[in-house]
Amino acid sequence: MEKDRREFLKIGGISVLGLSALPVFEALAQGQGPKAMPDPRALQAGQWAMVVDMKKCWEEQEKRQCKDCMDACHKIHNVPTIPDPKREIKWIWLEEYKHAFPDQANEYAPEHVKESPFLLLCNHCSNPPCVQVCPTKATFKRAEDGVVLMDFHRCIGCRYCMAGCPYGARSFNWGDPREYLDPQQINQAFPTRRKGVVEKCNFCAERLAEGLPPACVEACKAKALVYGDITDPESEVRKILAGQYTLRRKIALGTGPNVYYII
Amino acid sequence: MLEKALKGSQKYWSLLAALAVLSGIGFACFMLQLSQGLKITGMSRDVSWGFYIAQFTFLVGVAASAVMVVLPYYLHHVKDFGRITIMGEFLAVSAVTMCLLFIVVDLGQPMRLLNVLLHPTPNSILFWDMIVLNGYLFLNIVIGWTVLSAERKEVPPPKWVKPLIYISIPWAVSIHTVTAFLYAGLPGRHFWLTAIMAARFLASAFASGPSLLILLCYLLKKRTNFDPGDGAIKKLSQIVTYAMITSVFFLLLEVFTAFYSQIPGHMHGFVYQFVGYEGHGELVPFMWLSVLLSATALVLLVPPKFRNNEKLLKVACVAVFFGLWLEKGVGLVVTGFIPNVFDKVTPYVPTVPELGITIGVWATGFLILTILYKVAVGVKEEIGA
Repeated sequence: MEKDRREFLKIGGISVLGLSALPVFEALAQGQGPKAMPDPRALQAGQWAMVVDMKKCWEEQEKRQCKDCMDACHKIHNVPTIPDPKREIKWIWLEEYKHAFPDQANEYAPEHVKESPFLLLCNHCSNPPCVQVCPTKATFKRAEDGVVLMDFHRCIGCRYCMAGCPYGARSFNWGDPREYLDPQQINQAFPTRRKGVVEKCNFCAERLAEGLPPACVEACKAKALVYGDITDPESEVRKILAGQYTLRRKIALGTGPNVYYII
Repeated sequence: MLEKALKGSQKYWSLLAALAVLSGIGFACFMLQLSQGLKITGMSRDVSWGFYIAQFTFLVGVAASAVMVVLPYYLHHVKDFGRITIMGEFLAVSAVTMCLLFIVVDLGQPMRLLNVLLHPTPNSILFWDMIVLNGYLFLNIVIGWTVLSAERKEVPPPKWVKPLIYISIPWAVSIHTVTAFLYAGLPGRHFWLTAIMAARFLASAFASGPSLLILLCYLLKKRTNFDPGDGAIKKLSQIVTYAMITSVFFLLLEVFTAFYSQIPGHMHGFVYQFVGYEGHGELVPFMWLSVLLSATALVLLVPPKFRNNEKLLKVACVAVFFGLWLEKGVGLVVTGFIPNVFDKVTPYVPTVPELGITIGVWATGFLILTILYKVAVGVKEEIGA
């Protein structure tokens, strides 16, 4: 009897081992991931980047309190407008100079710089701390084009990425965001989120895949937003960067932000 | 052995009932949080971790401190610790359980918890924290239970448990090191970005954990036939003394670097804690109370005359435990977010349901501890140790 039990436990143990090894084998057997035909219209880049010309942006803002880029982004991505600033969801937003650049804000800077708001969004860092800290790979940097993306369905809501991001680019759904969305206005082509997950700007990965520019770029009538491939010397962003001095946020941290500012 | 927990005095059952009621209230608050979301807490997009993660951080220290009885007993054969080693291990079990519960209640999507296992991510410190915490829980349950069963049968513990005991020693250090790495590796959070964080955590852990153990031993001595022995208390109090001195020293090192370098980001956290920053001083009274308690503790611990006096030692242990709880369980986590990455201040105050969940988790931990201690004391009484 004793021996039988031992035998049984042995077989049981091996079976459990085998069961747990199955997903590993399956993962290995899968090879190079899902195979799908890429859309021929899709835009490609080594690393997407954006240049924000604040001078053009401020001119437009003076003219008509312009919020076109923010409205376009938040509408297309079903970003709710939550009145409580502690619970806001922000993909692209405005922030004062001294808050956008707290490590280099200069109190003697020109008045128009000090008092005008800067347009902020996720920097799609070359070395993103949010990706490094995420315990489930729900946040990842897409190898093909460097966009920092999120899987809203995998996120466990630990908010480690929010502690990791030095740019405040990440928002957590403290409650159900759908309560703040107008059911008539929901963009059915993009998922809404549920409570308890983090979200942020995705550089309009879903539009790039169809050959369209990011929604904010498209919406900007002042042409203050320019996007392009930072690894391509012939790209528009590289030409702008070669032509004039630009600023990036908190470069001393080594995250390699890919959003540049002209002031 | 578990049957020992089923027979007890009226007082024992009342204690269990009281703890169960508090756990139940916490559970009800957690149900509310599950349905409403974390908006029922005081956390915000600027202070995105609050009381839960702070309790978790503090309790990892309490758990790790079991090594302060295990190491002398098993590596240096300090006989004095013979009777309390099991108490240290069971304290670790209850503390790690609370740690894990605090992580679960902090998640936005707790039902997706197993994604951490399904998509293992070694570059995330949280992944490693999950491994070391669960491993430590497992080690302490297995070691504690096996050694106690052997003791009950009055035979030496089985040989296979020895390697586990040896592994548990560096493992205890690892849980608090990894927990410190959660904070100390983040760019842009100056208050946490310090290489001494892990050392600081360990020093404060080796003061707060053993001081709680001393208090628990006195409680057991008063309420049961269990006697930890004067030698054990004396040795523990020495450990608390040295660890508390080291902990305060490490904190002063941080203060020096921040204020001598005059780098704003490094100073702001301390400024917020002790005098207030940009008109916000929510933590000021708590942090000064922490300083006061720590100073009191040192005055009572350093001179042997005071330390060896049972009454004064108890006061010192209470001061150590609450002083360090205020420092780590209240101040440390929140201050990392104040000022935030925009150099703005969003204050954080926990809400009533948030405190309810917090108390519920603490009560669950102490419920487990009470049952485990009942078993341990029952075995000791049975064999007349």
